[in-house]
Amino acid sequence: MFTKREKWWGYAFIAPQMIGMILFSLLPLLFAFGISFMNWDGFGERTFVGLENYIAQFQDSNFRAALRNTTIYSLIVIPGGIAAALLSALALNKVKGKDFYRMFFFMPVVTSSVSIAVIWMWLLNGDFGLINQVLASVGIDGPNWLTDRRFVLPSIAMLSIWWGLGTNMVIFLAGLQGISRSYYEAAEIDGASAWQKFKNITMPLLSPTTFFVAIMTVIGSFQVFDQAYVMTQGGPGNASYTLVLHIFDEAFTRSSFGTSTSAAMILFVIILIFTLIQFTVSRKWVHYEDNGR
Amino acid sequence: MKTTADNAQRQIQPPVQPAVKRKVKPSTVFLHLALILGSLVMAGPFIWMGLSSLKSFEQMFSIPPTIIPDPIMWSNFVDSLNAMPFGRAYWNSFYISTIVVLSQIITCSMAAYAFAKLKFPGSKVLFIAFLATMMVPMQVTLIPLYLILDQLQWVNTHLSIIVPNALFNAFGVFLLRQFMLGIPKEMEEAAVMDGANPAFIYLRIMLPLIKPALAAFGIFSFIGIWNNFIQPLTFLSSTELFTVPLLLAMFKGLYVTQWPLLMAGATISVVPVLIVYFFAQRQIIEGIALTGVKG
Repeated sequence: MFTKREKWWGYAFIAPQMIGMILFSLLPLLFAFGISFMNWDGFGERTFVGLENYIAQFQDSNFRAALRNTTIYSLIVIPGGIAAALLSALALNKVKGKDFYRMFFFMPVVTSSVSIAVIWMWLLNGDFGLINQVLASVGIDGPNWLTDRRFVLPSIAMLSIWWGLGTNMVIFLAGLQGISRSYYEAAEIDGASAWQKFKNITMPLLSPTTFFVAIMTVIGSFQVFDQAYVMTQGGPGNASYTLVLHIFDEAFTRSSFGTSTSAAMILFVIILIFTLIQFTVSRKWVHYEDNGR
Repeated sequence: MKTTADNAQRQIQPPVQPAVKRKVKPSTVFLHLALILGSLVMAGPFIWMGLSSLKSFEQMFSIPPTIIPDPIMWSNFVDSLNAMPFGRAYWNSFYISTIVVLSQIITCSMAAYAFAKLKFPGSKVLFIAFLATMMVPMQVTLIPLYLILDQLQWVNTHLSIIVPNALFNAFGVFLLRQFMLGIPKEMEEAAVMDGANPAFIYLRIMLPLIKPALAAFGIFSFIGIWNNFIQPLTFLSSTELFTVPLLLAMFKGLYVTQWPLLMAGATISVVPVLIVYFFAQRQIIEGIALTGVKG
């Protein structure tokens, strides 16, 4: 539509974000890739060591613990978070006073992870925390949630589900709102039960939303850091030591930038692989309506 | 077809509802009970935090728990505010978030306009590059970013948080581009005929038309920067430069046994955000639904 000067306008308009992208994303990414093959404490000589950092990571018990913990955490948070959000969205979809309930469900989302972590440290306190006091009132002797190796990871996972519930619920609600009533009415005329309607209409038509939520949840859960850093610093022992805690510690506690970036690259590859798997598998279960929704 | 069906449905719905409601009453009651319980689980921790922040040390640890603090220990707040420069942290968080958000609104919408409406060689490749960077976890670039900022001598200054975030938000570019793609060509054609240049069209036609999207994007970009933790933690070391989450984390480290003070500190950090949330609730929630990303 414009004259040939259009291209210069185009470059001018993208320039600020382009500079930002090159300087603060692309360059660091290339830099990270380079450092991951080097031995470097951030100050002294850089020596090229090939794949040594990567091999060292898999031999490092800290890294293995971080990998195991992050996997366990994700195995709780991904299905748990999606199911909780979907259930809440279904419960809220048509109920009276929806906006009122939604307001509470969404409250944690706007709060910083640090504040959330501090509040929950008190709630989960083994001796005086509200949770164990409530459990005690029904005769259950609650554990020391955050200082017991067996409970620390599930505790942080539950807290993350609670924290992120509102976001995913709202996305599911938006998806549910997009499903035309006429499908349900047709099904009702055929005498379909509530479960049949859910299984044959809601789930397929909601699958693009579910897919989106699943992708975001997987990406987010592998990057867990704030809650573990504030509440437990990875402890007790290394029971809640996560991949990002490891990346952070390697760089800033142990001054080993090479191994830190190689661990970060491994994290990137893990996320990439899971995302690609999800996209591949999605062809089987994600249903897009013909009108291109 | 869908919209007309939907509209027809909406008109039919009200008369249908009472009949349906009478039939399913027990399940409706059950649903509300479940939702009230759910709301309590979601909001309860905040209420408990607020109550705990006003308790004396003894009441905080009493078994069974004291629910309503007596006496009300307002001094916990005074002590927390005296122990840590929360006022300073507020100002830091506020001005950093404001600058970043304003800048993101301008630069992201500019780039979005170019990618959506202008033709220039390489635009497709560059746009794909933007999308690809969204896949890179922030932690991968954290350490190299630290080294770059160190070279620029921005480490332990607010520039380290402001500039990288202000100048780069691939998601914002992507989101706003999607909105601009939805704006019909006819809207700009008349202006182009009159000889308007892209700058005029961007300022006078595009920006006014995507105002709702800009508002939603701005609000949760603000929440995101305000709550940002790992970047300030990595790039800042002087207490007077700390943002609210960072100061609270440090406060926690120092006062871990002083639970009433810690709860007062948490309350100080949470309450303003919750107040903003209650006023801007609709926009925040709809913005997130629209864009599907957490702050």
